Amino acid sequence: MINIQNFSRRKFLKRAFAAGTFVLGARLLPEPLWADASSAGPVVFQPDIFLGIASDGTITIVAHRSEMGCGSRTALPLVVADELDADWSKVKIDQAIGDPRYGEQDTDGSHSVRSFFDQMRQIGATGRVMLITAAARQWGVSEKECSTEPGFVVHKASARKLSYGELAAAAATLPVPRKEDVLLKNRSQWRYIGKDNALFDLPDIVTGHATFGMDAKMPGMVYASIEHPPVLGQKIKSYDDKEALKVRGVKQTLTINAFKPPHQFQPLGGVAVIADNTWAAFQGRKALKIDWDASPNSVYNSGQFRKTLESTARQPGKVVRNVGDVDAEFAKGGKIVEAGYYTPHLAHASMEPPVAVAEYRDGKVLAWAPTQNPQAVQETIAGVLGVKKEDVTCHVTLLGGGFGRKSKPDQVAEAAVLSKQLGKPVKVVWSREDDIQFDFFHSVAAMYLKAAIGPNGKPTAWLQRTVYPPIGSTFDVNAKYADDEMGLGWNNLPFDIPNHRAENGPADAHVRIGWLRSVANIYHAFAIHSFADELANAANRDSVQYLLELIGPPRIVPLQYTPEEQDEAKRYPLDTARLRHVVEIVAEKSGWGKHPSGNGHGFGIAAHRSFLTYVASVVEVEVDGKGQVQIPNVWTAVDAGTIVAPDNVRNQFEGAASFGASLALLSEITVTNGVVNQSNFSDYELVRMGSAPKHTSVYVVESDAPPAGVGEPGVPPFAPAFYNAIRAATGKRIREMPLSKTKLL
Amino acid sequence: MIRFKVNRTERTYDGDPEMPLLWYLRDIAGFTGTKFGCGISLCGACTVHQNGDAVRSCSVSMKEVNGTSITTIEGISANGLHPVQKAWMEIKVPQCGYCQTGQIMQAIAFLNQNHNPNDQEIEQAMSGNLCRCGTYQRIRAAIHQAAKELA
Repeated sequence: MINIQNFSRRKFLKRAFAAGTFVLGARLLPEPLWADASSAGPVVFQPDIFLGIASDGTITIVAHRSEMGCGSRTALPLVVADELDADWSKVKIDQAIGDPRYGEQDTDGSHSVRSFFDQMRQIGATGRVMLITAAARQWGVSEKECSTEPGFVVHKASARKLSYGELAAAAATLPVPRKEDVLLKNRSQWRYIGKDNALFDLPDIVTGHATFGMDAKMPGMVYASIEHPPVLGQKIKSYDDKEALKVRGVKQTLTINAFKPPHQFQPLGGVAVIADNTWAAFQGRKALKIDWDASPNSVYNSGQFRKTLESTARQPGKVVRNVGDVDAEFAKGGKIVEAGYYTPHLAHASMEPPVAVAEYRDGKVLAWAPTQNPQAVQETIAGVLGVKKEDVTCHVTLLGGGFGRKSKPDQVAEAAVLSKQLGKPVKVVWSREDDIQFDFFHSVAAMYLKAAIGPNGKPTAWLQRTVYPPIGSTFDVNAKYADDEMGLGWNNLPFDIPNHRAENGPADAHVRIGWLRSVANIYHAFAIHSFADELANAANRDSVQYLLELIGPPRIVPLQYTPEEQDEAKRYPLDTARLRHVVEIVAEKSGWGKHPSGNGHGFGIAAHRSFLTYVASVVEVEVDGKGQVQIPNVWTAVDAGTIVAPDNVRNQFEGAASFGASLALLSEITVTNGVVNQSNFSDYELVRMGSAPKHTSVYVVESDAPPAGVGEPGVPPFAPAFYNAIRAATGKRIREMPLSKTKLL
Repeated sequence: MIRFKVNRTERTYDGDPEMPLLWYLRDIAGFTGTKFGCGISLCGACTVHQNGDAVRSCSVSMKEVNGTSITTIEGISANGLHPVQKAWMEIKVPQCGYCQTGQIMQAIAFLNQNHNPNDQEIEQAMSGNLCRCGTYQRIRAAIHQAAKELA
């Protein structure tokens, strides 16, 4: 529920807007540097958005979500501007600081547009109504005779018009209309929503003027590079910095305390080298000699751990969804198919490594960071330094990629801790090696699936079990089950099978585990859609036809929802008609069935709903005589409901195919005695232009349904569709990621 | 004393001669359009031009910069956008944008050598530039488009 108020006369906004600015919203402005928080004035309701119109016509819209490449910093202001009927070229976007009064700011879960679309429309439309009222009064005409065109209120009968800037001061004196009196545009009237608008920051990006976290500065800052404990939980026994201090530009070294379990987003601890510039800090680090103590996580070997996971996956686990009775069906003694699947840890490897600038002064902290979650910056720094959360001001820069890594602000806390010790601003820069070795890793996972096959080749029972160290381990040292993650493609199988059970087995974490773009959907979609294809192969059936039969007739799949999910269940029921539709689109567009598979050429399909968006992908592969794989084409169909920025949606799904190709073909993190073996792009490989899918065609379904996720849902179907294509091309069934682990020839 | 040019302006440097050009540009000269990505020439985010050739500034030391002329993204388009930048805007290539200045610098140097590249030549020339957002398809399209405009 949104509560919009006219803020124009509120004292605390005067600093940022010239007098006469029409300020509408439920919002605070980003506070200037070192603003006194108490001067921000009373907050009388839960804020959602913020809009200001200055007398020169400049429209200021606050973006309270972080921009990491998914486009929400452009999309949400576009929605406000559309309903306001603003001239987009006059819009200025202010990035919000972290503040709970903005509501939820963790830019993850592909939900920025989904969660804020309605509110953004409402506030834009409210502004438009008030501007019309201001103009109508000035002209002495009825509001009904007035209309708007971008940036103007128009009275057609008398051929008069007034700009929003000219009306701002008058609008600022008006009461806010009731929600019932604010008419939203109908879809046909949208000027920006659903049209191809470029990213707001595009000109700055191509000219090098965009400010990422790596580019943030504070006057008088020094640079820090931190040697972290190689094994999670190790502490410093002793260290020798004599050689480090001889490096030109190095000023001193400092220690950072190890975290108190659970580690959450606290710094890992370690030795920081403080220098005049980043290079000197990096060089100084190489000259450090550190003795680390023991950690229980030194026992962690990912190769052995795999066996533990796979063995757990063969034993009964916690039931997370049950339909019918799989055991009774299995006991009938018909045909059984079973298979195990395995996926390794992954690192996020955003192109911009973790970085932050922070200054501690007089019990307060000011930070600039490329963070997906500025409120987590406040909470983490408050916890580590024992200051009040309200005394931590976090400004958000553009993010050079995030993919979930930058929801965890440990590096921002490091900068704050060091600044407190030094009494000056500190910029902490992680090297690529730091980034890959000290990530919050995508979890390693083992899945086991078993089906009883009926006479028509369709399964009569389907058991699926997943085992992996849960993300919950980051917040609770005893967490072994992935309870909160089962909605990520595991307790919501959309197949028409009379007997079905989904289970989750326990696993311990020995490295930091965190969200990575699409999260558990990656391994769950891999297992489910590889297995579906295995069943199609076993039945000697066409994979697309078989998949459509598995999905079954159009219907709403009955699922168990928690009380918090009731709203979502109503707005976004799991609708197999929409899933079937995206399958049918990619089958048609790819010319499925028209090209024979085999002899190194093959097509594969997978369809997965995640973040409330229905996605199907067909992947085409070519395997040459040396076993080298090329991906000439990917066809992806997307039903994400109402779309704000279609070209950006296509870009996201093109990119998701590349992201999927990296993890399906190349990427793997392994651990020996608690130490991560990979360190840079030499051994943690990502696809490049030549190995990425050559062409990805994206088909966006036109839909009036509520908006759903876009940033993540393109990733999960890619890997299973790709491996199914490999099977079609070569006859080889891949049951572990990445492909580089398997010799195709 | 190391003497060189950045974006046509004379500069001198008397710090650590082993410091990579990248960190001089970013931390000392303030040209932050050149990005740090890996530090070992594997990602291309730090690509600049040295005497017109694309180089990874993370792996060129300041002593190797002596007597040369460096161009960064900030110096590529003194008078309006370069055709490659225009193509990047028209095709709407970027997502997060972090790697894109390096991609653009690589593409410009490449197109200076090859005015009419095919897909394979583009893939080869751009193979050192990573994009984690996965915008490769649009980068390839933008290079084709820029090639047409430059022709």
